[in-house]
Amino acid sequence: MTRQMTGAEMVVQALIDQGVEYLFGYPGGAVLPIYDEIFQQDKVQHILVRQEGGAGHAAEGYARSTGNVGVALVTSGPGATNMVTPLTDALMDSIPMVCITGQVATHLIGSDAFQEADTVGITRPCTKHNWLVKDVNDLARVLHEAFYVARSGRPGPVVVDIPKDVQFATGTYQGPAHVEHKTYRPQINGDERSIRAAVELIAKAKKPIFYTGGGVINSGPEASRLLRELVHATGFPITSTLMGLGAYPASDKQWLGMLGMHGTFEANNAMHDCDVMIAVGARFDDRITGRLDAFSPGSKKIQIDIDPSSINKNVRVDLGIVGDVGHVLADMLRIWKEGRHAADAPALKRWWSEIDRWRARKSLSYRQTSETIMPQYAIESLYKKTRGHDTYITTEVGQHQMWAAQYFGFEEPNRWMTSGGLGTMGYGLPAAIGVQTAHRDALVIDIAGDASILMNIQELSTAIQHELPVKVFILNNQYMGMVRQWQQLLHGNRLSHSYTDALPDFVKLAEAYGAVGLRVEKASDLEGGIDEMIAVKRPVLFDVRVANLANCFPMIPSGKAHNEMLLPEDATDEAIATAIDEEGKALV
Amino acid sequence: MQPGSVYAIKEGKDRTEVHTLSVLVDNEPGVLARVIGLFSGRGYNIESLTVSETEHERHRSRITVVTTGSPQVIEQIKAQLERMVPVHRVIDLTVTGKAIERELLLIKVRGSGDHRSEALRLADAFRARVIDATTESFVFELTGKTDKLDQFIVLMQPLGLVEVSRTGIAAIARGPDAT
Repeated sequence: MTRQMTGAEMVVQALIDQGVEYLFGYPGGAVLPIYDEIFQQDKVQHILVRQEGGAGHAAEGYARSTGNVGVALVTSGPGATNMVTPLTDALMDSIPMVCITGQVATHLIGSDAFQEADTVGITRPCTKHNWLVKDVNDLARVLHEAFYVARSGRPGPVVVDIPKDVQFATGTYQGPAHVEHKTYRPQINGDERSIRAAVELIAKAKKPIFYTGGGVINSGPEASRLLRELVHATGFPITSTLMGLGAYPASDKQWLGMLGMHGTFEANNAMHDCDVMIAVGARFDDRITGRLDAFSPGSKKIQIDIDPSSINKNVRVDLGIVGDVGHVLADMLRIWKEGRHAADAPALKRWWSEIDRWRARKSLSYRQTSETIMPQYAIESLYKKTRGHDTYITTEVGQHQMWAAQYFGFEEPNRWMTSGGLGTMGYGLPAAIGVQTAHRDALVIDIAGDASILMNIQELSTAIQHELPVKVFILNNQYMGMVRQWQQLLHGNRLSHSYTDALPDFVKLAEAYGAVGLRVEKASDLEGGIDEMIAVKRPVLFDVRVANLANCFPMIPSGKAHNEMLLPEDATDEAIATAIDEEGKALV
Repeated sequence: MQPGSVYAIKEGKDRTEVHTLSVLVDNEPGVLARVIGLFSGRGYNIESLTVSETEHERHRSRITVVTTGSPQVIEQIKAQLERMVPVHRVIDLTVTGKAIERELLLIKVRGSGDHRSEALRLADAFRARVIDATTESFVFELTGKTDKLDQFIVLMQPLGLVEVSRTGIAAIARGPDAT
């Protein structure tokens, strides 16, 4: 289909042709022609945010919960620079996003015009690719290419920067015919011989473990299904990164919980002692590995990843398989079945009894004794009360995020939206708005901290305007809890600027926005409060006053190995103050 | 030490290799900035960099980068380059075998008397060409391997060296086939 139309029309037409239903954005001078086109149609719905960063995170939440590309539209200059954080966030967590930015007119570029910024220059390192479109006849092709690049291979964010004169100019529009990109061709199928070698290794393993990550989620629901099938077929234990939660059901007996810095004792020790590690769509991030030269020293490592640069980046693996997780897992299962492979049952039995000993340490234990609400208890209660609901969880960043990962059980993929790689405070509320946009009748909860929520609190106004009944569950301890925890670990308990002594009254704040404000201070009131929060069909800010000085354990102190965890019962003031040595202090 | 253990990486960490990479890219705006940004952003070294369009009709450029790093870092650099959207191919000329590397030097020397005639004599010995001359100066053009150029510059120093311009290394594989 080719037609003559203006650049602005092309943008909207391309969105429609790409099947985009929702667009998150904020208008401004350099995108007015596009907004004028949006006004004159009703196929693509626009969600008006309150700050451009909110549009980016909302697009991320939308993308993560649906598997589709999230789309944001912002103006030039400050609109584009406000998008830098969400773009970087999406790049780190491999979230498919197309961001369309307005630009000053072509002849003004380079003149320091009003609201001019070098958008492609600024966003080059924080996108998978970006384009400045100077000719309207290139626009349709670039837009379709942008969607292709964003969603294929290892997904990621892209930017299309469109000068205002190009939006007004008339040119030829082409539909999204199947585009074979001239240079970009991600490898989808894994090498058969390597997969066979991997199956051989797996069949011989005596102390194996599956270590899975966000790549399983990105590969789609079928990949999660195949993972479950393979894990059941082998009988192996499985752990996952923060980004991979939900790919495997938390209620299953083979599930060891999350691994890494705040992972469980059993998951980390199993990683340390295993003899075969099968890394599936996970990238050996430093939060996962701890001290690199003591990371799982005795294991043969198999790594499946669609991005060749993820293989051997931080940790040398024995068998790297480049390909899409879903495709490779399907091949693995086929070969496993064809060869009538079976796990070494006696060895596996011994391995599980070792794991059970680690499990018996109950590394996630805590004491809920008085009326003071322990944050862990708050998350467990939330989990208990939301079971049976169609629930999606987003988080901000900090202690509450780790507690959510530890105590909330995820049974399905795409239900857990969190800022993993970049660790962006302020992510959760706009992300929840993006999720709720896609799932109108679902229960969408942003598990937040009192500090993080204030970073993008203005988006509550977006939720009100678009009737998106998101719930914000604030674990309020009046501290930037994770900052404080690290000050206790590293800086002699000198709590430099990590205490907030002028917090707003969250109940009144909610009411000021037109939302519902709730507060509980006593453990006995918590469940009733959660019931009320769920029952309200409007946005809710729920101020849960929790124990102020609770810390997040278990923990691998920075610079330490997986088998050097600090468990909650050992975390005395003395142990905390001396947990990290001089070398570890330089790490984050 | 177990096979596959990360201890193996640590041991090799100090061993630094020099590699010449030939990167075929689509000649689109910003492609050079993208490649250079990758090197600076991820802390890789650039010893030499040469860029020019090499196939006009097909809009292709060849970027020749000389870089240093441990074997693991070199592998990572190649993987990172290869996954960039406008990159067609990355060829490691150091691995693929014998490649020819050349660099062009323009050098200005000012002097009179013995210095002037000595500069001319050395230029002749190095097969440098005089491409500009005044009564008190020469500009020489010299093509060759990097160490030959380095040596010529050292020799010109006491003879009135004024300034130097070099292209950086261009490289190509030997034999009849395209890389």
